[in-house]
Amino acid sequence: MRIDVKKTYKLFIGGSFPRSESGRCYEISNAKGVFIANPAQASRKDLRDAVVAARSAFGGWSGATAFNRGQILYRAAEIMEGRAAQFVDEIVAVEGVTSSAAKKQVQEAIDTWVWYSGWCDKIGSIFGSTNQVSGAFYNFTIPEPMGVVAAFAPQKSSLLGLVQTIAPIIATGNTVVAVASQKLPLSAITLAEVLATSDLPGGVVNILTGMTAELAPWIGSHMDIDAVDATGLTSAQDKELRVAGSENLKRVSTFKAEQSPQRILAFMEHKTVWHPIGI
Amino acid sequence: MQVIDGSASSIKSFLKTLSPVDQVGAESRAAMLATRSIKTSSKSWAIDMAISMIDLTTLEGADTAGKVKAICNKAVRPDPSDPTVPHVGAICVYNDMVKIARTHLDAAGGKDIPVAAVSTAFPSGRASLEVKRVDTEDAIANGAAEIDMVIDRGAFLSGDLEKVYSEIKYIKSLCEGRAHLKVILETGELVTLDNVRKASFLAMAAGADFIKTSTGKVTPAATAPVVLVMLEAVRDWYAMTGVKIGVKPAGGIRTTKDAIKQLVLVNETAGPEWLTPELFRIGASALLNDLLMQRMKLRDGHYAGPNYVTLD
Amino acid sequence: MTFEYAPALEATSVVKIKSEYGLFINGKFVPAKGGKSFPTINPATEETLSKIAFASASDVDKAVAAARAAYSKVWSKMPAAERGKYLFRIARILQERAREFAVLETLNNGKPIRETRDIDIPLAASHFFYHAGWADKLDHAGMGSSPKPHGVVGQVIPWNFPLLMLSWKIAPALATGNTVVLKPAETTPLTALLFAEVCQQAGLPAGVVNIVTGDGSTGSAIVNHPGIDKIAFTGSTAVGKGIARAIAGTKKSATLELGGKGANIIYEDAAIDETVEGIISGIFFNQGHVCCAGSRLLVQENIQDELLEKLKRRISMIRVGNPLDKNTDLGAINSAAQLAKIRELADSGDTEGAERWSPQCDLPSKGFWYPPTIFTGVTQAHRIAQEEIFGPVLSVLTFRTPQEAIEKANNTPFGLSAGIWTDKGSRILWTAKHLKAGVIWANTFNKFDPASPFGGYKESGWGREGGRHGLAAYLKGDH
Repeated sequence: MRIDVKKTYKLFIGGSFPRSESGRCYEISNAKGVFIANPAQASRKDLRDAVVAARSAFGGWSGATAFNRGQILYRAAEIMEGRAAQFVDEIVAVEGVTSSAAKKQVQEAIDTWVWYSGWCDKIGSIFGSTNQVSGAFYNFTIPEPMGVVAAFAPQKSSLLGLVQTIAPIIATGNTVVAVASQKLPLSAITLAEVLATSDLPGGVVNILTGMTAELAPWIGSHMDIDAVDATGLTSAQDKELRVAGSENLKRVSTFKAEQSPQRILAFMEHKTVWHPIGI
Repeated sequence: MQVIDGSASSIKSFLKTLSPVDQVGAESRAAMLATRSIKTSSKSWAIDMAISMIDLTTLEGADTAGKVKAICNKAVRPDPSDPTVPHVGAICVYNDMVKIARTHLDAAGGKDIPVAAVSTAFPSGRASLEVKRVDTEDAIANGAAEIDMVIDRGAFLSGDLEKVYSEIKYIKSLCEGRAHLKVILETGELVTLDNVRKASFLAMAAGADFIKTSTGKVTPAATAPVVLVMLEAVRDWYAMTGVKIGVKPAGGIRTTKDAIKQLVLVNETAGPEWLTPELFRIGASALLNDLLMQRMKLRDGHYAGPNYVTLD
Repeated sequence: MTFEYAPALEATSVVKIKSEYGLFINGKFVPAKGGKSFPTINPATEETLSKIAFASASDVDKAVAAARAAYSKVWSKMPAAERGKYLFRIARILQERAREFAVLETLNNGKPIRETRDIDIPLAASHFFYHAGWADKLDHAGMGSSPKPHGVVGQVIPWNFPLLMLSWKIAPALATGNTVVLKPAETTPLTALLFAEVCQQAGLPAGVVNIVTGDGSTGSAIVNHPGIDKIAFTGSTAVGKGIARAIAGTKKSATLELGGKGANIIYEDAAIDETVEGIISGIFFNQGHVCCAGSRLLVQENIQDELLEKLKRRISMIRVGNPLDKNTDLGAINSAAQLAKIRELADSGDTEGAERWSPQCDLPSKGFWYPPTIFTGVTQAHRIAQEEIFGPVLSVLTFRTPQEAIEKANNTPFGLSAGIWTDKGSRILWTAKHLKAGVIWANTFNKFDPASPFGGYKESGWGREGGRHGLAAYLKGDH
């Protein structure tokens, strides 16, 4: 008989896997109440570090070519495919669903990466424009990434909801600090392991596990976060975050559609440039 | 101030120091200045100033002694019924009419009105340097106090700036102490405002006393953006050297409104000190009568008609 | 004698200002509840122009009810092409009555007639014409098929471009099928009320556009009204943040066009004369009462002296005075309060050690005036480099390299506009790419067009106005 080597579930910040600086963790059990793991319980200081990592990664990631970003998103799909079984086991253990349901979730998550991979180098031409202004001017509008986006993944999904949240944010060059589902955080850290080995520069995706209600106000008031996907918050948390977020006019969005170019555009700014036409 | 030693490299490196011109920006500035509304006392001042700045011009193959004498009379007394009208700035004619113009002006009481001769194989400038020399010498000998030479646009456009420069310098040497030199850039053939700026500085560096837009034989001629850029050039040249160079738009300025727009351009670009016939001239013929009709309107309070001003 | 331009005053006889104005609710002018009113003045002379009804919360209530009824009974049922025709009509009437609007705007705002005549009013008309054509083409707006309007939109606009801001708000709202309750700024209600007459002349169904005049409390009543589905606001960042707080947790969405501290970057190879014009237009257009003004001049250090010499010479030629004079370049400051704010911030420039320069200019004795002013030797830490002055005051800073220009330009919580002046194409695109600003003018400045989206990054606001992108704010997509 062999004893399993169990995984320590840590945070994912700046490409590394630290424990919470607070030293805290919390207990995750399966649907039947059996202990599974003690993931880290991120503190506001972990959040702060994640924002610093995300901000410093923004220049390089947003400066990469869209084609390059598309390939890296696709690479994430490739690596997930190779580790699909591990995700399935984890989802079955935590969510208590059948293995075929878990498999479906994993496949959809993989396909989500593929779908957004293809968007990277098309969003500008579909949603940008040249504008026919009066006068001798060339005028065009292009969508650009906003910067650092914080995201609350949907609470009811281990993996798919998180991928549906992260992929559209980073596809265009944003970096993200994602807060995993509070009760279903384990796949998020396994996803981090995939991302850490998929050519994605450190800091582009940062994943925190812990208490949503504890982190939300700090995210709302953090002045170096540009936008928030608040889909995983309760309406009370959402309101509180928006009130705090008004201080730097964060762009706060929530989504019903699982997959839509609007999820990309919600985290883009439109920049319009004018130039005279002359000889 | 010597900014060019005459070598191709010194010309090139000097012109490289010039700032580019953004066409759309220059046009928009000129268009904004064209919205200035000049009324009552300022209009009446501007009309008289414009009359005194006119180089009253006839440059036709059909010019005769009779025609030239007629405009000389007009130059001295633009409105025979009103002695308060100033005389024009100069008479501008072809080489063979210089003597007739000078003689007739003197006889008609216009001794202080200079005769300007278009020169250097005007308007194309396509002749040998020797022909240009004789053209100029002859005009001066016959009484021309101002020489309106044309630059070699072909040389300019082909990049032979040294030729353009040395020709101007040579003609200037013929004029030295005897006649003022106006250098016609023919901006309608230079096309871009960058070229207008370069040609303006090239002409000033070579000794031009005036820079002039056009021969009147090519359109477009004295457009507002072109005049704006030339006025900027003389303003900057003055800042650089302490020497004031004149500007002469010519071609297409037919109405009082056009003329006043020119004066506004001068006032707000080179500055009010350029508002003198010594430093600004308008090459025109039909303009004079329109100015006179507007002058009558201001004086009499009603609109004049073409039969109330003399044809020439 | 020199060439002094004699006064060339635009005739005011084209405008008939009534002695008092009611609120425009449900297609009619009605008095405010309790008959409360406030005076509106000409800031160039301090003369009272008229008495304006002051809308309380219960008046706003009536206006919202009228807008709701018009939305559900008329406007949302009308074929889109017919809706568009009303906007075309409005555009045409604005063109027909352009001179009247220009004079009235100048009287009430203090801005030069040259600007109202050549910019504000023609642009306002073109905004209606542009959006009119969108009404029946919304399927192509990039919001999915059959995007839906929000319903009743509450709009609060500023005093710097009264009719133009009204058109930026009302034209897209109506084109997308919303109805409107709009509050003009407290100090500049008159052209909005004249616009109400245009709505009547156009035969616009009653209640589609409602105009309620008042102060901040009226605006707040609109923002907080439960019958409003969407807010569109242009004004200060502080008020914008308050709106963001007020609507948190509600179903209301908002577009916010807020403050700015636009960097105007001048590289050494810029076309210098046109650059000087661009700097002038960037900061002195509309007395600097422009959220996207190029109020921070970032000039490459090696051309600073030459540029400043030319700039000062050009500023000396700015004609300050009677806004009705067709030759006036710089008119009156819109209000005593704004003048006090400009003075306070500019004075901080003195006390913080920047060097002030203004040309010699005689300011009228009556009314609110501030001379064109530049401060040199300004650094990032000065208040005048950070705070929006919203007046004819330019802060001049220097940089050494393109990277430094970008760092300084972006070192602000705002992100509305920026300017780039260089003769080198690749440098324009590099600079534009790195600037965090929603509107970038390269080798030009302060150009506006209904087809061109306008709006800011960061604390300069939410969303865009104008162009296809501006429609998104007034439509509900499928996400």
